[in-house]
Amino acid sequence: MKNRSFLQRIIGAPYVLWAAIFIVVPLLIVAYYAFTDPAGAFTLDNIRNLTDYGTIFRESIVYSVVATLIALVLAYPFAYVMSRKREKTQQIMMVLVMLPMWMSLLILTYSWMGILERNGIINSLLAKIGVAPLNLIGTPAAVIFGMVYNYIPYMILPIYSVMSKIDPSVLEAAEDLGSGSASKLYRVILPLSMPGVVSGITMVFVPSVSTFYISQKLGDGKILLVGDVIERQIQAQNNYNAGAALSLVLMVLIVLSLALMKLFAGEGDDNLYV
Amino acid sequence: MKKAIGNIFVGIMYFILYLPLLIMVFFSFNSGRSTSVFKGFSFKWYAELFTNSSDIGIPVRNTLILATLSAVIATVIGTAAAVYIYYVKNKAWKNTLNTVTNIPMMNPDIVTGVSLMLLFVFVGRLMGALNSLNFFTLLIAHITFNIPYVILNVLPKLNQTDPHLSEAAQDLGSTPTQAFFRVVLPSIMSGVTSGLMMAFTLSLDDFVISYYTTGTDFQTLPLYVFNMVKKPVKPNIYALYSIIFLLVLAVLLFTNISGMKENRKDKK
Repeated sequence: MKNRSFLQRIIGAPYVLWAAIFIVVPLLIVAYYAFTDPAGAFTLDNIRNLTDYGTIFRESIVYSVVATLIALVLAYPFAYVMSRKREKTQQIMMVLVMLPMWMSLLILTYSWMGILERNGIINSLLAKIGVAPLNLIGTPAAVIFGMVYNYIPYMILPIYSVMSKIDPSVLEAAEDLGSGSASKLYRVILPLSMPGVVSGITMVFVPSVSTFYISQKLGDGKILLVGDVIERQIQAQNNYNAGAALSLVLMVLIVLSLALMKLFAGEGDDNLYV
Repeated sequence: MKKAIGNIFVGIMYFILYLPLLIMVFFSFNSGRSTSVFKGFSFKWYAELFTNSSDIGIPVRNTLILATLSAVIATVIGTAAAVYIYYVKNKAWKNTLNTVTNIPMMNPDIVTGVSLMLLFVFVGRLMGALNSLNFFTLLIAHITFNIPYVILNVLPKLNQTDPHLSEAAQDLGSTPTQAFFRVVLPSIMSGVTSGLMMAFTLSLDDFVISYYTTGTDFQTLPLYVFNMVKKPVKPNIYALYSIIFLLVLAVLLFTNISGMKENRKDKK
């Protein structure tokens, strides 16, 4: 037994070291940069300056909340229809939902640009029937659409995965006890699928609120989100301190909203994946 | 009636989901340079992919090197870590490990990328280096975000294994190391392979974290695609991704069909 515990300790050592250096320390470094000036002296200026970004934070949250809700409203019935199909059909439908996730989101976003552009595919079709070109890109709707499009599979899959595990006999029992299809949905399926909804919401909200290329490409640079500002500070201006302060606040924001979600869902499960 | 509405809804959703992919495949056959005006049918962008003049060759090669290395290293460290976490008795320590493992999965990519970049820059400055980002920082970043997914795939398999198996092997005279390699590892192998596959594809696809942690001398395919902002996208990149699309489709169909067969066997 002594022997075994020694082996156990050795086997975990690389990961414990790795996680300490490359997961925990980087977060401390973000905090360090957020509270220092370029010379390394302590300052609160970076945090104070964040008030300049109030609107951007608010807009990022509004955009991603709207995108998350739209994704939920579309994904829920989708997952429901999927879970009612024959097992073989379900498998194929799931593969078809997963496939775009395996493609580069960048290339899909480029493809949407080609479809929505001023001289893109939609507008050239409209021109053929004599409709003046529409400005589809560079609008809030385009950015929200991009978020929904890119992340909706992450909403569908967890909801579907929970729904497909609902025991059919539970549904039969509800029917036997006099539930109509509406009450079956609200009183049985909805509560049972809540864990999937919760992880779907987090898996859409987190990447949406922090995206920068969707807003850059589909927002045509007219719409700035938190991700864009971080990207500019770090990559264009080399202002690591401001970028770190923004990242820190983004992280806190996400931790808070995850905690809020858990409170709502009333669940203590740490795992995002169902 | 209700069923029909459901099917129409699902059909429309799939159409939108696949529209950009259809457009991508369609314009990969464009004889012109545009990705929104179709001139005529041609294979020329596909042909160009396989010539030496192709500018995509190096990013593709870099992406494959990075994904292979990071996936293999992450799988080794991650599998060992999962075994370690599985055997940890101390509740508080186990919780800490699980929480830390969850951090890269919960944090937005941009925060993971920025935090790692700041670490590399910080250490680089301490050592007096002007440019601290390069292939190795990128590799470290990829290993870091891949390990949690390997653990996520391996840990449930470990929970399914019978703890007495390894003890039985040791009672029969194998050393703990032999027991691990001969008994435990084979029973968690499916989790290890799916972890490896997941790590490989995550690494192939990653743009955001790479964007912050790579140096100027090592460009991966997603970075190459992102940098094409200024000049419009050429159909050759669509041709490349159409091939990738076919490959992914084949792999997904294959693994699912074999998975379905396995399921059926299990039921019998």
